[in-house]
Amino acid sequence: MEVAAFYIFAAITIVASLLVVGQRNPMYSVMLLITSFGGLAGLYILLDAPFTAVTQIIIYAGAIMVLFLFVVMLLNVPREEPLPAAAAQLIGPTGLKIGVVLSVLIAAQLVWALMQIGTRSFTAPPTDISDVGNIGRALFTDHAFAFEVTSVLILVAMVGAIVLARKEH
Amino acid sequence: MSSWIPSAPLIAHFGLIFVIFNLLVLSAAFMVWMERKVCAYIQDRVGPNRVGAAGWLQPFADVLKLLTKEELRPKAADALLFVIAPVISAGAAFAAFSVVPFGTETTLFGLLDEPIPLQITDVNVAVLVVFAITSMGIYGIVLAGWSSNSKYSLLGGLRSAAQMISYELSYGLALAAVIMLAGSLSLREIVLNQEGYWLGFIPRWYVFLQPLGFFIYMCAGVAETNRAPFDFPEAEQELVAGYHTEYSSMSFAMFFLAEYVNMVTVSAVATNLYLGGWLGPILPDWLGWIWFLVKVFLLLFFYVWMRWTLPRYRYDQLMEFGWKYLLPLAVLNLLVTAALVVWLG
Repeated sequence: MEVAAFYIFAAITIVASLLVVGQRNPMYSVMLLITSFGGLAGLYILLDAPFTAVTQIIIYAGAIMVLFLFVVMLLNVPREEPLPAAAAQLIGPTGLKIGVVLSVLIAAQLVWALMQIGTRSFTAPPTDISDVGNIGRALFTDHAFAFEVTSVLILVAMVGAIVLARKEH
Repeated sequence: MSSWIPSAPLIAHFGLIFVIFNLLVLSAAFMVWMERKVCAYIQDRVGPNRVGAAGWLQPFADVLKLLTKEELRPKAADALLFVIAPVISAGAAFAAFSVVPFGTETTLFGLLDEPIPLQITDVNVAVLVVFAITSMGIYGIVLAGWSSNSKYSLLGGLRSAAQMISYELSYGLALAAVIMLAGSLSLREIVLNQEGYWLGFIPRWYVFLQPLGFFIYMCAGVAETNRAPFDFPEAEQELVAGYHTEYSSMSFAMFFLAEYVNMVTVSAVATNLYLGGWLGPILPDWLGWIWFLVKVFLLLFFYVWMRWTLPRYRYDQLMEFGWKYLLPLAVLNLLVTAALVVWLG
């Protein structure tokens, strides 16, 4: 049962992620990305981390993707426009080569990582890791510095966005 | 235990899901009838009174009418998204109710060996699940607005998205204050924390500890369900019918259904969070769900009452109210609650 659920969620995640870049309609890409986040949330639940799963939905699928959707809707480009000839030439052959090299590197890394799995033994994380209280305690004690730095980072981004938006005045 | 006959708890569970699903559909039908009746009396009319006694069969007649209507789709609409948008809307509306408890545990008069709770599933992050699924419901409306390829629909969809994002913040902060009081994210535990009385007669409901939070929750709830006075996505004087302008027949009915089921869910969650859920005097424990229904009904009546009493705000007033008044109030409420919880233990 759990194994079947794992394969279903994994298939949803992977197929949806591939289609995000595989098809050309930006609106569909956004929806497919949400679908893949949903699949990921399912995987988190299978890993006994319901809190992570729900935050994944609320923050990524809910909040961030709505903003994506907003931008796509406001720009309203139903289809990707073909690149102007000059730009296409510029990124053409060289860009393609770099892309091939990068994807080969990533593939090699993935294969290496997957081969490592068999040789190492894992210790299961403590079972109370998914408890919301424990997550909160860990955030505000062990990881307090990272937590505060992140909030400053978000504040900087917010101030930056407002400054950029007010530039015309 | 490898028999082909499913176990009794499993049958009971599927039965519960079936019953809840159908009750939600019926409650939507009831809400349509109640809304038309209450609206009629507020406007000094009689309302539907032809189909069935006092017109109570009217919603079913409406559904039959919608079923037999032609399903239209604009030629320039995005076929796939146009079709799935109402499905997302209705699906999210029903899914949110799956974690809402509405009664104590029961053995169904001894039919079951172990008691099952009157709730589809009790997850320990239930409040967040409701929050997450409601935020998914936005996509149905936004996609409907975009895929219809109509200006009115697009504007309705955009407004709806902006409105829901704005009010979701206050909504979440109001929830957080209750979570702090209860020390739990499970709706069942939050309800059980409200058991008992102060001074012997005031029920220990969170509405008395969180009057401001309750107010914020109700305001944000109205905005989240796109009801008057915050029904901008479908402001008919400006936008025809907003995001569902181009929809007809059953796909229109699904948006309609989603709106009413969302109202029921928001009221049911409010009942659990602030009004002590199924707890109440007089009735024995196993009849607690009657208290639950009464409370939810009163909240729903309040929603209908408000819709036919208050005029619609202007769009900029809505945004101003959400960001400049409701959000600071929600933050203040959260901070004061946190301080009191720490101070009084």
